Amino acid sequence: MHELLSGTRGEKKFLLGNEAIIRGALESGVRFVAAYPGTPSSEIIDGFAALGPEIGAEVEYSVNEKVSVESACAAAQCGVRSLVSMKHVGLNVASDAFMTLAYVGVKAGMVIVSADDPSLHSSQNEQDNRYYAKMAGVPMLEPATPQEAKDMMVAGYEMSEKFGIPVVLRTTTRVNHCRAPVVLGEVVERKLEGSFTKDPFNLVVVPMVGRKLHLKLLEKLAQIKELSETSPFNTEEGTGAWGIVSSGVSALYVKDALRELGLQDRVRLLKLGMTHPFPEGLVADFLGRVEAVLVVEELEPFLEEAVRVVAQKCGFQGKIAGKEFVPRAFELDTVKVKEAVAGFFGVIHHRPQIFAVPEDLPARPPNLCPGCPHRATFFSVKKVFGEEAVYPTDIGCYTLGLLPPLQMADFLICMGSSVSTAGGFSRVLQRPVVAFIGDSTFFHSGITGLINAVSHNRNLLLVILDNSTTAMTGHQPHPGVWLTREGKGQPRVDLETLVRGCGVQKLAVVNPLHVKKTQQVLQEMKAGLKDGGVSVLISRSPCPLFERRMLGIKQKVVFQATGDCRPCLDDLAQLGCSAFVWSQDESGEACVQINEVLCGGCAVCAQLCQAIKPKKLEA
Amino acid sequence: MVKTQDIARFEGVRLFFTGVGGQGTLLATRLVGEAALAAGLHASMSEIHGMAQRGGIVESSVVLGNIQAPIVGEGQADVLVAFEPLEALRAINRCHAQTQAVVNLAPIVPFTVAAGQGRYPDIARAVAMLQEKLAKVVALDAEALARQAGSVKATNMVIMGAVAAMQVLPMSKETWDACLQRIFPPKLYELNQKAFNMGYEKGHP
Repeated sequence: MHELLSGTRGEKKFLLGNEAIIRGALESGVRFVAAYPGTPSSEIIDGFAALGPEIGAEVEYSVNEKVSVESACAAAQCGVRSLVSMKHVGLNVASDAFMTLAYVGVKAGMVIVSADDPSLHSSQNEQDNRYYAKMAGVPMLEPATPQEAKDMMVAGYEMSEKFGIPVVLRTTTRVNHCRAPVVLGEVVERKLEGSFTKDPFNLVVVPMVGRKLHLKLLEKLAQIKELSETSPFNTEEGTGAWGIVSSGVSALYVKDALRELGLQDRVRLLKLGMTHPFPEGLVADFLGRVEAVLVVEELEPFLEEAVRVVAQKCGFQGKIAGKEFVPRAFELDTVKVKEAVAGFFGVIHHRPQIFAVPEDLPARPPNLCPGCPHRATFFSVKKVFGEEAVYPTDIGCYTLGLLPPLQMADFLICMGSSVSTAGGFSRVLQRPVVAFIGDSTFFHSGITGLINAVSHNRNLLLVILDNSTTAMTGHQPHPGVWLTREGKGQPRVDLETLVRGCGVQKLAVVNPLHVKKTQQVLQEMKAGLKDGGVSVLISRSPCPLFERRMLGIKQKVVFQATGDCRPCLDDLAQLGCSAFVWSQDESGEACVQINEVLCGGCAVCAQLCQAIKPKKLEA
Repeated sequence: MVKTQDIARFEGVRLFFTGVGGQGTLLATRLVGEAALAAGLHASMSEIHGMAQRGGIVESSVVLGNIQAPIVGEGQADVLVAFEPLEALRAINRCHAQTQAVVNLAPIVPFTVAAGQGRYPDIARAVAMLQEKLAKVVALDAEALARQAGSVKATNMVIMGAVAAMQVLPMSKETWDACLQRIFPPKLYELNQKAFNMGYEKGHP
């Protein structure tokens, strides 16, 4: 039995926040789960994929977040409890569906997990998705710990089903990727099969229906507000005339800070777990018992604004502060919160001496793995198109191509932006434009950009880096995968046919690990760009990590530098494989060695330099 | 050996882990949490996933006892566990004067050095600097010891053995061992236990 299914009521397990979310959904009888992976949310859908057959639930790796919400809300409309998880920027993609779903509502519980990423550990921005719950008008729960994440899932399903409205569970990286003890409840059995009753005047959102539903939503929200006023997730602790309002993991930093500053008997902490609809009465009551309030929250002043509104309504005379003392960018920690608390309340606080990190330490940025076919593609494109071309790129492992020596990334804003921005660049620049996108990202939101580029006859080359998986987030499948444990994925969407179907005339497929052939095809495509229009190169070679893990294909060779590689040094330096070790030979000239432990055996370097030879690995 | 009353009096400890993707830092961090839980202490662990794993820095932390916030801020680490010497230096701002550290001496040279953007620091000097600032530094070539134990992959358990042997965490040797047995499948348990014990010997004062 899968670990997340084992364990009965009262048992304690050391769970990751994302595992606690899965467990909470299992204890709520969830039967339909849909997601597109994205850090820090990916383990939720991966966990369900691992235990899917055991629980008899439908687990869908959707093509993007909008589709995941649309897919899951249909199940919830039929009385089947559903779960959607995504990273914060995923909710931007899903927002079109999300906003109107709040009107239409659900018949069975539906929870949407938005995993925000303060400090941008692996994201392109650090937006605060609490505003989405407010904008859409849906209830929101903000857990601080894995235990709360599990409990709030259970409560979220109850609330969602009772009021017929999706519920947002808004987490942050430090909740998703925190591991802590969680006291379990019972896993609940429910059926996957649902039933649907036609009700177009509530379910088909034409203007006259939408108007009515908006009023209904406002009524629901008023009722749900009563729930937030008395929610057990909104708790108060401590005594004294000073007050702190906080939510999520920030509240934990506050608790540690108060203990370390010795302020527990001087400060009351109001920890809010249900933050939308905002519990105004509860906060007014809290303000009645304190003289001054500090709002401690990560990112935007979401709670601070709400507290100020309540203070104005109830005539609170004390001082309220938030972002004057608490940083607005990046994650908080106990040290930052201690500073803020001591600063606002005027408490003397001795800052510990911080040792300075030596300045000259070499950087260790994340890197394309040795043997990664993307490196070979970038190398060849750069060889053919050089510095002149503009290279819009996209979101995935290949984004790491921005680093030297490859430096093959000039612009990126979001999933799918490579090809659509390439269309814009090509219209206003007199330079070649070569865009990069991964296979999973192409299906997620690149295809619409390609359709746009073709229909407007933009002049660009789109390189689809097809490694047959979603590598960056942990090798999740997508509509085009052909590699599965059984060896093939059926049915699948064929990339070539799809690209041709979008109206692309100039299409070629190469294996980037065949360097000469790839560069030859690129030369032809470069010449073809002179005639205008969209060209597409599918550069296909499986992610070696995935291939080994999924198909059990063992690496057969490693490569060794055996002699004089001097004539090829420029090329090898440009390739910049992370298995290369640069040193000096006897005459003091630079030479390359290959770290055998790291070498992925892709043979690209051996095609650039005759002194590099394969060595068979023992079976 | 730590007695139960010591656990009752235990206030809390913050451990900060740093290393390079693929070194097994997350499993090692988890082991501390599991062992603490088995000993009846509260534990909370923080991991970083995603981009950091592609040859970049992996940082994680675990806090035990009365501490609730899962991450370790500047100057807050009571224990520094560095899987790589350069990353030990980079994490010095997490430490305070009473910090105890376990530092693996086997370097993993970042590709930026190979590409000529920066020099890898002198390891002996790095250790001397850490020793000068911190209360205690156990420096060991965990990779070599792991190889002796049977596999380089057990490097993380050598390091954890050294951490367990320090007089900071209130978990008994038996508790650690029981957790190793639970975390590893039977096939791998013996090898990892051997590695752990080799580290334990090194870390014991």
